[in-house]
Amino acid sequence: MRKLILLAAMCFSSITLAASGNFPLDEAPIDLSDKASLQRGAQTFMNYCAGCHSMQYQRYSRTFDDLKIPEELGQEYLQFTGDKPTDYMKRAMPAESAGTWFGAAPPDLTLVARVRGADWLYTYLRTFYVDENRPFGVNNKVFPEVGMPHALQPLQGTPLETYEEVMIDGEMVKQYSGIRSAGDGALSADEYDQAVADLVNFLEYTGEPFRPQSESIGKWVLVFIIVLFVFVFLLKKEYWREVH
Amino acid sequence: MSDVSVDAKTSAPGPNGPKDNTRRRFLTVATSVVGGVGVAGAAIPFIASWNPSAKAKAAGADVEVDISAIEPGQLIRVMWRSKPVWIVRRTEQTLAELGQHEDKLKDPGSEAEQQPAFAQNQYRSLNKEYLILVGICTHLGCSPQYLKNGAFNEIVQGVPNGFFCPCHGSKFDMAGRVFESVPAPLNLVVPPYQFVNDTTVIIGSVAQEA
Amino acid sequence: MNSFLAWIEARIPMMRVANMHAIQYPAPRNMNFWYVFGFLATIVLVNQIITGIWLTMNFVPTAEGAFASVEYIMREIDYGWIIRYMHSTGASAFFIVVYMHMFRGMIYGSYQKPRELLWVFGMFIYLALMAEAFMGYVLPWGQMSYWGAQVIVSLFSAIPVIGPDLVIWLQGDYVISGATLNRFFALHVIALPLVIVILVFLHIIALHEVGSNNPDGVAIKHKKGSLSETEKTPYKIHEYYTDKYDIADDVVPFFPHIVLKDLVAFCIFLLGFCYVMFFAPEMGGKFLEHPNFEIANPLKTPEHIFPVWYFTPFYAILKAVPDKLFGVLAMFGAIAALFAMPWIDRGTVKSWRYRCGLHKVNLLVFAAVFVFLGYLGGTPQEPWKIIASQIATIMYFGFFVALFLYSRNENTKPVPARIPR
Repeated sequence: MRKLILLAAMCFSSITLAASGNFPLDEAPIDLSDKASLQRGAQTFMNYCAGCHSMQYQRYSRTFDDLKIPEELGQEYLQFTGDKPTDYMKRAMPAESAGTWFGAAPPDLTLVARVRGADWLYTYLRTFYVDENRPFGVNNKVFPEVGMPHALQPLQGTPLETYEEVMIDGEMVKQYSGIRSAGDGALSADEYDQAVADLVNFLEYTGEPFRPQSESIGKWVLVFIIVLFVFVFLLKKEYWREVH
Repeated sequence: MSDVSVDAKTSAPGPNGPKDNTRRRFLTVATSVVGGVGVAGAAIPFIASWNPSAKAKAAGADVEVDISAIEPGQLIRVMWRSKPVWIVRRTEQTLAELGQHEDKLKDPGSEAEQQPAFAQNQYRSLNKEYLILVGICTHLGCSPQYLKNGAFNEIVQGVPNGFFCPCHGSKFDMAGRVFESVPAPLNLVVPPYQFVNDTTVIIGSVAQEA
Repeated sequence: MNSFLAWIEARIPMMRVANMHAIQYPAPRNMNFWYVFGFLATIVLVNQIITGIWLTMNFVPTAEGAFASVEYIMREIDYGWIIRYMHSTGASAFFIVVYMHMFRGMIYGSYQKPRELLWVFGMFIYLALMAEAFMGYVLPWGQMSYWGAQVIVSLFSAIPVIGPDLVIWLQGDYVISGATLNRFFALHVIALPLVIVILVFLHIIALHEVGSNNPDGVAIKHKKGSLSETEKTPYKIHEYYTDKYDIADDVVPFFPHIVLKDLVAFCIFLLGFCYVMFFAPEMGGKFLEHPNFEIANPLKTPEHIFPVWYFTPFYAILKAVPDKLFGVLAMFGAIAALFAMPWIDRGTVKSWRYRCGLHKVNLLVFAAVFVFLGYLGGTPQEPWKIIASQIATIMYFGFFVALFLYSRNENTKPVPARIPR
């Protein structure tokens, strides 16, 4: 019990510190038109994230439609809970037990890309590192004292901090130079970056699934307004010609 | 448009001059038309937003029903698009009785389009053993009662089973056909449905022609 | 048809009102682009009302349901996202055009005699608009909604003696809660819009009674009999105005001339509006703040908390004063000073075109200070910003003090009797 309270307290402090680091963010290669990337991202999400995190505003059926996944395939490979494709993507784990395990219920991820930004997510998921002082044995560069285990470790492998010797003011100083995998993961470093990029792309999509539609409608709306402007402008000039 | 502007130059209006030269009239009409298109376009989202939402559509999706446990004469109710749908397993005797009172019906041949094409027959069904109806009276939307085993005799002499609407007294036979001289104008609606196999029916869609 | 219209006209004066207030309303012909923002504000008001009605159809005003219902509108209703973004973008657009409209009033002296009440009605609209916008921002029940409400409602706790009890009364609970959300919803969708519409009506009636100002601050209405026939406007102007005054050849009718000018501006405005709406509805976190996509959590304050951009100048003034009560007083004083503009400015020349150089500098510095305060109030706190916001606050009030002093005996240029050709 004491351990749980301690855990809860630590998670709490981690929440208040969230995003306070000034760690430089890498730019996420977002491409919402890349359906293959979105599909891979959806699969990564369902396999590694959906156990604890829900996506309670997003329906499976919409995901299948938008990502061009046939319904049968989607239900077989992506849908592990809920019996109908029209169900929301709720997590498998009940919120109460999540609260017990992690100290706080893992947040819903439907809108996480709108809260954090794609770059933050892309960097965050690639900067876990082994830290034995943490309850789950990992810490994070952009989210210090993070309360979440490194869920993608089976893909990345054990992430270790690396340092290099740099000359600063005539002194050799050890400086953080990145994260490297111990090599026990399923993916190479490049493949892991790509997997995270796909996942973040998918999260960007779920944050605003109508974004491509919005931009395609928006283009025509802008063209229309310019046409309207031309007519209104000519008519205005026609009437004002006699005034000036 | 160039010749229009030439015309306008020759008759440039003073403040009190003629206001209806060609260019001015052309531009007024053109601007009004384009503006009207804009207003109509802007109205689209507002009109479309009144359609059933994704949530309503999800709730109104096809319903799969297991009919293996229905006993002869029994009626079960299932919910489809938040409406009651009846599934009645009719006995041979009930089916035989359907032909005996057609003179008392408004539309015995189901001429009005109250059913998918496959159900425009005496039984108003795909498989004559199973009657599948939307259980809502065509008069004002009450849900009629199922009166069986002779109980319907009190409503219509000589017809042992049928449906009786308690709201305004409309009467329907065991194929959902409406009797004469009741307020309901039409036969009960047969929803689209299809049999997946002998014991499973899907309500909400018809089988695609192979 | 004509007899039908006559039948109606005999019972309700529709054409008379239309002629008097639109078709035959005399508007100065030199009104420049600064004069389009009133029209744009009206358009945005209509946009907010219509999209607001549609949002109300699906919004759930409870702490449990509000956040999810906004996502429901955005994702599950056909084109619901367009309606929501029209409303959220409209909120910011409203303040953009209103700030421009107010600054126009300041540079051309549109608050001066005889337009004092016109200005005061306008300020009341601005005040109601701020309340409306604040309560509207609470409704999606995101993190910024919740903590923004927390901060703003807490301002009232600075009031001596009754403050703490007043806050609880305003909240209807010991914290910001579903009860607060529900009452804000009622005020946002019916009470304040009603007040705003009535005030806008009064604003327009007051405007048409005294007539529109113009960039030269030249009167277009002259004493009856003071103008020769050639000096009078050739346009058809309503008897309501011509019976009392001679209307100079300096005017155009509001319709179609001014309406067309406003429509040109409207198209340009719409281009920007739609660009934001379809391509950047968050406007980099300024129109829709990032933490507001996370559901309200009473246990966790977002790391940086700011009001939405249109409140940030006043928020910076609040933060600049190290005392809670005086901070609140300074903030409300900043708005009160604007109310008092017609009496702070003791000058008789309206337009800055004919006023002293100091006045022009004063106005431009004021605008810059206002924008700078907005920046300070909307970015994370840093040590240098404290002193900067204190200086900017002093400069903000300094504008009014300086205006009060130099406007008494000001070196002005001669104002022409008629609008220069």
